[in-house]
Amino acid sequence: MAIRERMSGNEAIAEAMRQVDPDVMGAFPITPSTEIPEYFSEFMANGEVSTQFVPVESEHSAMSVCIGASAAGARAVTATSSCGLAYMWELLYVAASSRLPITMVVSNRALTGPISIGNDHSDSMGARDSGWMQIYAEDNQEVYDNFLQAILITEATRLPIMVCQDGFITSHGVSNIQLIEDEKVKEFVGEYEPEQYLLNHDRPLAVGPYGTAPYYMEVKRQQAQAMKDSMPVILEVAEKFRQMTGRSYGFFEEYMMEDAEVAVVVIGSSAGTGKEAVNRLRAEGRKVGLIKLRVFRPFPRIPLAEAMCRVRAVAVMDKAESFSNSGGPLFNESRSALYDLPGRPYAINYIYGLGGRDITVDDFYEIYRDLFIIADTNDPGDVYRYIGVRDSRYEEGGFDHRSEE
Amino acid sequence: MTENSSKTMEIRWHGRGGQGAKTACLLLAEAAFFSGKYVQGFPEYGPERMGAPITAYNRISDEPCSVHSNIYYPDHVVVVDETLLRTVDVLKGLKDGGILIINTRKTAGEIRELLPEFEGPVCVVDAERISTETLGRNFPNTPMLAAVVKASGVLDLGQFVSDMRRSFEHKFHDKPEVIEGNMKALQKTLDEVEVE
Repeated sequence: MAIRERMSGNEAIAEAMRQVDPDVMGAFPITPSTEIPEYFSEFMANGEVSTQFVPVESEHSAMSVCIGASAAGARAVTATSSCGLAYMWELLYVAASSRLPITMVVSNRALTGPISIGNDHSDSMGARDSGWMQIYAEDNQEVYDNFLQAILITEATRLPIMVCQDGFITSHGVSNIQLIEDEKVKEFVGEYEPEQYLLNHDRPLAVGPYGTAPYYMEVKRQQAQAMKDSMPVILEVAEKFRQMTGRSYGFFEEYMMEDAEVAVVVIGSSAGTGKEAVNRLRAEGRKVGLIKLRVFRPFPRIPLAEAMCRVRAVAVMDKAESFSNSGGPLFNESRSALYDLPGRPYAINYIYGLGGRDITVDDFYEIYRDLFIIADTNDPGDVYRYIGVRDSRYEEGGFDHRSEE
Repeated sequence: MTENSSKTMEIRWHGRGGQGAKTACLLLAEAAFFSGKYVQGFPEYGPERMGAPITAYNRISDEPCSVHSNIYYPDHVVVVDETLLRTVDVLKGLKDGGILIINTRKTAGEIRELLPEFEGPVCVVDAERISTETLGRNFPNTPMLAAVVKASGVLDLGQFVSDMRRSFEHKFHDKPEVIEGNMKALQKTLDEVEVE
């Protein structure tokens, strides 16, 4: 029997951490992930976990703690957000290239400039090339479920993993959740038995040595291969999780896609808002669908492209700007994935929700309306668009590219 | 505005940082959860400082609710500090027939004089007086929670009272006087407040 509860995403993560009882947690607080080490240190104080909790002076050190612990053979976790993740940057690459399984929760928050505590994905999207896996959640249930699965995924692939949730929206929003019993969780994650580790004196090992030109590129090639090989692992772990809970997970979720004519591709909590727009449009007889991407690293290029190819026009939503002058990161990878497939749909990009800007059901209505116009007129217009922004060029089309009605 | 397809009740709270509007919002989510509902309780975060206007939201439904945006067309509005009437458009987007539930010493008639445009129902609750009489101090959250539950009709009152007793007994198990004080505040509010 699942445990019926209500809690925020941060509480749910702390609860999952208590159940997993990792060996080491490196911790430095930053809004909106601060509550995770806060709640967890209560479990520490109550003697409910046996974790070595290492409070440090910076995120750079928090990640260093995880790297050291993981290299030594420990199951290591941490949590961060925004500038905290940015401050870990150098170490993210060290963790990934050293092939250290580490599970890090990212309560997504905008990067500074101007200062903002609001949610967007600029922090984790900025780290997309660091060699970490990335899994995103729509709500508190998914972030809890993803965290438990991440432990197994990272240890099987030896690639560190970010478990991302939308800061404040999911991290601080309280809603219903079904927790899993402690014994079941412990059985699911099992004991971590590393293949190689520093404290094993029978098999001496160097971690993080200099990579001379004859070796460096092979290390990178192996990381790339590991990312490729992680695809079936993610599905195997999801299947094991489904057997325990009945809840199914994949690389992405298809919502009302069977007969959809147009679709939105979106990451995180906004997918829930988009689903409500789909429900209402379906009630009006409009054949619309939604794809919620769960796994961004590895990027599920082929299955995602095949799913997108079933519609006539698709809007890819980015909660991060990359200043490429050609759209956000999710758009560029999704659109590129379509290139080889015959009958590919029109694919446009919306940048949305930066720095906590809200996106509403009505915004999704507008996006779906634009997609039907594109499909019906065979004219994608400017594919690089914004929604929910005040723009001096608004009336002229500009970033918002309103249709003429 | 597009119509909500489910029968979700949406409530918007207005308060000032440090007054407990966020806590009251989360208490309502908890009370609704105890009643078997699907709930959301979430504050809108910004630069956090005492006394600044803040907003918090509840969605309460018999079905899961996936929407994660703020609430622009609330079914009801709760105002924890009447001075906000001068600075914040607390009635913005309030649906027809939606109730304004407000913490004030004023009468409903006096509140109406301050809001000449507003023709909907008003529920006044003197949370400071009720909590001072029952808890000995100004803790407005329990009276505000009770007023919202009674005015909105979102929960069964009998079950709400017994659920809250259980909740207070759990939270204040080492302070029995606080349990009784809160229960008195709850009951007094339920007895006193009316939608006018």
